[in-house]
This record gives sequence, structure tokens and C-alpha cells, in this order.
Amino acid sequence: MNAPIVRLYVLVAALFGLLVLSTSWWTVFEAEGLRDNALNRRTLLEEARIERGRIRSADGTLLARSVPAPGDTWQRTYPSGDLFGHAIGYSYTNLGRSGLEQSRNGLLTGQDTEIDSLVDQLAGKRREGDDVTTNLDAEGQRAALEALGGQRGAVVAIEPRTGRVKVMASVPQYDPNRVQRSFRRLARQDGSPLLNRATQGGYPPGSTFKVVTAAAALDSGRYTPDSMVSGKNGKAISGVPLRNFGGQDYGSIPLTEALTNSVNTVWGEVGVKLGRARMGEYMERFGFYRKPPLDYPAAQRAASGEFGRRGRLLDPESRQIDVGRMAIGQDKLAVTPLQMATVAATVANGGLRMKPRLTRRAVDPDGRTSESIDAEEAERVMRRSTASQLTRMMANVVKEGTGTAAALEGIEVAGKTGTAEIDPARDINQVWFVGFAPVRNPRIAVAVTLERSDGEGGTVAAPIAKRVMETLLR
Amino acid sequence: MSARNRELLGLVPASLLVTAGFAAVFIQRQEVLSDVSLTYGAIFLGLCVAAHMILRLTLPYADPYLFPLVALLASFGIVMIYRIDETLAREQAQWFVVGLAFFALTIVFLRDYRKLERYKYTIAAAGIVLLMLPRVPGIGQQVNGAYLGVGIGSISFQPAEFAKIAIVVFLASYLRDTRQVLVIGARRFLGLTIPPLKHFGPLLVVWGAAMLMLVFIRDLGSSLMFFAAFLALLYVATNRLSFVLVGATLFGLGAWFLTSSVGHVNDRIQAWLHPFDEKLYEAPGGSYQVAQSLFAQADGGMFGTGFGQALLKLPSGASILPAPHTDLIYAVTTNELGLAGACALLLIYLLICERGFKTAMLARDSFSTLLAAGLTSVFALQVFVIVGGVTKTIPLTGVTLPFVSYGGSSIVANFVLLALLLLVSDRARRPA
Repeated sequence: MNAPIVRLYVLVAALFGLLVLSTSWWTVFEAEGLRDNALNRRTLLEEARIERGRIRSADGTLLARSVPAPGDTWQRTYPSGDLFGHAIGYSYTNLGRSGLEQSRNGLLTGQDTEIDSLVDQLAGKRREGDDVTTNLDAEGQRAALEALGGQRGAVVAIEPRTGRVKVMASVPQYDPNRVQRSFRRLARQDGSPLLNRATQGGYPPGSTFKVVTAAAALDSGRYTPDSMVSGKNGKAISGVPLRNFGGQDYGSIPLTEALTNSVNTVWGEVGVKLGRARMGEYMERFGFYRKPPLDYPAAQRAASGEFGRRGRLLDPESRQIDVGRMAIGQDKLAVTPLQMATVAATVANGGLRMKPRLTRRAVDPDGRTSESIDAEEAERVMRRSTASQLTRMMANVVKEGTGTAAALEGIEVAGKTGTAEIDPARDINQVWFVGFAPVRNPRIAVAVTLERSDGEGGTVAAPIAKRVMETLLR
Repeated sequence: MSARNRELLGLVPASLLVTAGFAAVFIQRQEVLSDVSLTYGAIFLGLCVAAHMILRLTLPYADPYLFPLVALLASFGIVMIYRIDETLAREQAQWFVVGLAFFALTIVFLRDYRKLERYKYTIAAAGIVLLMLPRVPGIGQQVNGAYLGVGIGSISFQPAEFAKIAIVVFLASYLRDTRQVLVIGARRFLGLTIPPLKHFGPLLVVWGAAMLMLVFIRDLGSSLMFFAAFLALLYVATNRLSFVLVGATLFGLGAWFLTSSVGHVNDRIQAWLHPFDEKLYEAPGGSYQVAQSLFAQADGGMFGTGFGQALLKLPSGASILPAPHTDLIYAVTTNELGLAGACALLLIYLLICERGFKTAMLARDSFSTLLAAGLTSVFALQVFVIVGGVTKTIPLTGVTLPFVSYGGSSIVANFVLLALLLLVSDRARRPA
């Protein structure tokens, strides 16, 4: 009877081998998938036992820290309250995470490689998170929020050379300390305070989009700042007459002046002449039609571009696009303040688009810098010479055009205003200002927008941009 | 070195494991190392040496590795349970002592285990009665829909643990008598070897009993364990793969038919197939247990989170992992010691099986061979059923992980099983 016993033993060994295989399947091969499973709250519960790192602004203001909570856990508090609510987000066991708390969770919980944690375990070390320093500027943020004065809208300020995001303000704000208790109320509340308008708000850009059109026009070589163009009111664009702001009729004017006075008929015609393909190409170079490469959760980053029915992002060359109206920021464009700030920053940086970054570095509990986030190029959008031509044209807008309210004393500012009509009958507009300063050596680029304002970009948004730039350049 | 000296030496690593394990849990808990862990290790070693002395006196030729391997498992179990719940660990330690007592009693009173053959039908009847006990009103207990427990007053036990030994003893003696006729009287039909009807009858009875178990006990796992052990013995006795295939087919058909009609078993199968289905996950008796088991194992990764580090409780104090000390102890092990620790544990079980089958091969008479092979098979299958369930290899059902899981019946029954194996081994290895 020995032969069958040997075979039986082989079968038992094979069955045990199967057990080893399935154990390795769950512990190694499928482990990632299981950890990400929505039903799995272990990761959140485990991480509640880790002291998450602190989050600080660039100037050292404490934005988030952990305090001991019952049951050997830690609880998050946000000492600066609603100042950076949207940018920092929150991290709670019952709600999950948002904002930087989510996108930098790995650093904040001190996630290491398997081998590192094994060594730490043997050494009996408790896992601790790294401290994260952001690029955010508390002074600038405060200035932006004060300037917005409670009106719904957003301000984004970026350092053009590095892509560092210094201001990310969205009104209405929310206080992450309160979100745990009143999440349902906040989620339903009028004005959607949980929405980060800076990265998620899709608005018609109005005339600020002419900066994109101008970049395409100059960089393609079809136009120069001195090209003479017709600013006649009521010109037919895509078969439908287009009117200038205030019905004003301009004769034959240079392109620079067409930007200074934001002449719709000129830029509409430029757009048509450049065509869908070229406009689409430049938009893609600026980062439209894709989620911006910000270190922020994907769910809280919206792409900008032309949107079709049911909110679907169109193809850049879709036939549904009316390129003439798109060129002046109308048509079906929906853009985020972050995208428009990127446009301004790209021009300011000589046509080189940088990836926007909220985080500067992470420091581990032993005080060593565990990660340093360097400036990273995204794409060259236009030639350096194009960028300097466009800078001159935008400087003229602030010097003598629609954007004079953004002018700073002793510092030359470049910019572009925008006033997108939302409800013409009641004179309600989406107002904008995008720009940068100083013109010679740009250190800050901003985008400001306000929802449902009864003013214009040049009168409402430009002064806010001025205030923010003034504070950041101080 | 003599067999018994090798055995004595083999107990040292087990005692060291207890000492080191308790030390690790203490460090994790209070960050101070108390010398209590040394005491625990010494007590454990003392108990094991006492059992060893009995073996030295009564079974000098028995396999020297089986007892140390089991001691290793038991010590690992006690540390693991201590880490989950201190009170349970104290109880488990008491059960360990009781188990050793039963172990000694079995060895002393069943020196000539072959007399068991004479009572095979009594033993079979006792086995069936044990299995049916949980359905007796008043003393039967239902856990998660399956009837596996019996409670009389404050004492509760799992009769299936003892029934498995009774049934193996019966099958071994029955097949010793009939194995020849099963083979000789067999006819070839359609390429299959069919045993003669007269002897086929009792086999059908066993099949029927397994099916009845499914209906009455409603536990696919123990039913599978018993029937597979039967098939293993049938195969060893007759060396006919076709018998096994016919039996497996019959079981498969019956199980398929019954699971679709027995609600509880069907729930378990649905939970097995779709553990992450939100409805099943939320449903009482649904897939929560399987899903949590897999989540816990995923957390362990390659090397685990470390002794005493597994997340077992929510901040509110409620348990996140159901039955961590019994059904899911393998999941806790994987969480804390990782894939590496889980493999080590499985390796110990495999080594025990190897010694068991070796004993069966060395035995000089058919009954001894069949008994050792049967006991080893049922032991191996029990490990497969629970670990397979916890790792979603098969549907999860509630049997214990031998010698590791918390549970008095399990410890005592498995020590009796070990005693029988050693009795067979001693006779087999005794110089002629």
C-alpha cells in the first residue's frame, strides 16, 4: 500500500503549495488592489495610528498637525483654519482625505519601501510621517481672500520660473477642522464651499483667452505685434456678425492695439485665420484639454477646454468648435483659474511652461530632507522671442488699455482683462484678470476670477490682482 | 543519538519560540521586557519534557519528530492567542495541559491500539452520534448558520473534532477487511473499475452520511474534510484511482445539488465567489469575514507588520477581524508575520504530514497503515479546509487550525490523534 501513500503525500504537498500560492497572491500580487479597495478601511485605520507629518506654508506658518486622540490614534487639526482649506484639504478616518493631505499622503505617513520598514520594525521604531513644507504664502493668501471680500471666485498665484504655487484661494472657503462634523451640510450648502474653484471651477475665460490666441498668432509667424488688422464692428465671424465691446468701431489698427483695447472682431478673425488645428495645438501646449500636472488629487483637478453636450471634453479639433468665438474666449470654453494662471506664468517665463507645484520639500522625523521637489519643465509653448513680444503687448494693456487698475507703483505689470457675459440682460459677468510682474524679471503670475459680478474684469478683478501681486512682491 | 534524545532536543526550539514570542509581545505592549516570558518558556518546556518522559517510558521507538513539531505549533498558537486576548491565552494554556493529559491517557490505555478494530461499528456509531449532537435541541449550538457546537451548562465543545478520529478508526478497520474484495470483485465497465455492489453499499452509506452532514450540520468544510479523508483511505486501501474519481464525482454532484437548496451553504459560496460585492459584504453572515481576512493578509505583505502589530480592533474597541483567535488565526498570522511566516507555519504542518505518512508506510499491518494514513489525511485536510477558506481558495467554513486555533476540543482531539500516530509509529519502528 506504499505507492498510493507516496502519491497521497505528493497530493497533500501540492495542496499546501496551492495554499502558499494563494497566500502570496493576496499578500504580494493583489495586495495593492486590496489596499485600494473601497471596502477596506484598514489603511485609514492603520494610518490613524501614525503621527502624520506637519504641513507648513513657505514662510513657516503651521497649516496642519496631529494631536493624540483616544485609542492610540492621532487626530488632525488645522491651526490656520479656513485660510488654506482647499489647498491643504483634510484627513479623517470617517471621511477619507482630500487636497494635499491626499496627494502627499505617502510623505505625510512616512511610507517607505518594504525593506526600510522591515529594518525599522526590527529596530522597534514606530512609523512617523514626514513634515511637508509647501510653496504657499500665508501673506499672499490672506491678501487674496481679503481682496475677494467674500465674493465667490478664486485667485491663483504662481512663481513663473519654478511653477511654485504661492496663492490658491477659493471663496466660499471652508474650515477643515469643522468638516468632520458638518460634512453633509457643507456638501449640500449653497455655493458649494467644498469645491476648490481654483482647480475645479470651469468658467468662460472671456478676453483673457486672447493671450492664448495672440501667442498662437505671433508664434506661428502669421502675425507680428505691428501687423495691421481691421477692428470693424459687426464683422462676420464664422458666418455670424460679431460685435465689439460697447459696439465700438476700430479702423485698421496694429495687433498690439487690438489687445490693448481687447477688440473682439480682430481676435475672432485671427482665430479663424489660424484655424482649429493650430489653435488646438497651442492650447494643448499651454496644458488645455488635460488635467494640469499639479501635485493635487486627480479628482480635484479639472481639465480646461471646449466642452460638448453633457459636459464632455471635446477633441481640440472637433467640428463642434466655433474657432472664431473660441479665440475671444466665448463659445463652449470652460477654463480653471489654475489653467489661466499657467498661461500667464508661461508667457512670463519666456514661453516655457513649468509644472505647477504646491509642495517644496519633505523632512523626515530625524530632520533629514527626504524629498525635495525641484522645478520641472512641462513644455515649451512658444519661442522666447514670441513671449517677449507678447509680454510687451500685455504690458500695454496695463499701461494704457483695459487693465490700468492692476498697475503697481514703480513696477511694470503685464496682463489681460476678461469679461465674459453670463446674463447680458441683467449685466452679470464672469470677470477676469490674468497677468504677471515685474515685466523685466517676472516673479509672480496671477489669475483672478469672480463669479456673477456686475462689474468688468478691468474694474473688479484687476484691483484684486494688484493687491495680491503687491503683497507677494513686497 | 536515540530517537528519544532527538525528540528531547527538538523541544528546545519550541520552548525558545514561546520565550521569544512572549518577549516580543511584551516589548510591543509595554516597551519593557519582563522576565515573565522566561517563566512561560520554562513552564512550557517543563510540560513538554513531562510528556516526553511518558513517551520515553512507553513508546521508546516512536517517531522523534512528531511531538516537537506539534509542540512548536502549540507554542506558536499560545503566543498568537496571547497577543489577541490574554484571558483566552490563559484558557488555551489550560487546555494545552488537559490535551497533554489526554495524550498520556491515550498512550497508556491504548498501548495495543489494534483492539480498536473489534469495536469498529460501535466507534462508527459513536462518531455519527457525535456529529449529530449539535442538532439535538437544548444542547446544540448554531454558529454562523452551521451546527458545530454542543453546550451543556457552561461547558461547550465541538464534537466534530472527536468524530473525525472515530470515523478514521472505523474506516481503517472496515477497509482493512474489505480492501481485497473491493479490488478482486471489481469489474471493468466503460473503462471504469466498479467495485462489487455488495461492498459498494457501505461506501454509498459513507457518501450518504457526508451528504446528510451537509444537510444537518450545514457545513461544507467539515463535510468536505470527512469525505476527502474517506477517499484518501479508499485510495490507499485499494490503489484504484477510479474509486476516488467516482466518489469525488458523487460528492461534487451531491454538494452542488444540496448547496443550491441549503441556504446557509449557498450564502457561504456566494461570499466566496464575490467577497467584495457591497451587498454581500453588508449582509449578516455575508462576505465581511472573507473580505476582512483578505484585507488583513494584504496588509501583511512579504514580511508582515510584526508580532503584536496587527490591527484587530477599531478605535471604538469593536473587532474589525471576526474570530481572530479561531477561524481567522491564519489571517492574523499572515498579517503579523507576512508571507514568510505563513509559509513557515504551512511547512511545519507539511513536515507533520510527512512524518505521519512515513509512519503509515513503515507500519507492518494493514490496519496500522490505514489508521496512520487516515489520521494524517484528516489532519492535512483540516489545515487545507481552514487555510484554503481564509485565503479564498475554497469557501470559508469554521474548522480550527489544528494546535494553533483557540479551542479546547480542537487541542484535546488533536492530541489524541497525535497519540494514536505515535502508538502506530512505535509498533512500526520497534526492532523485530
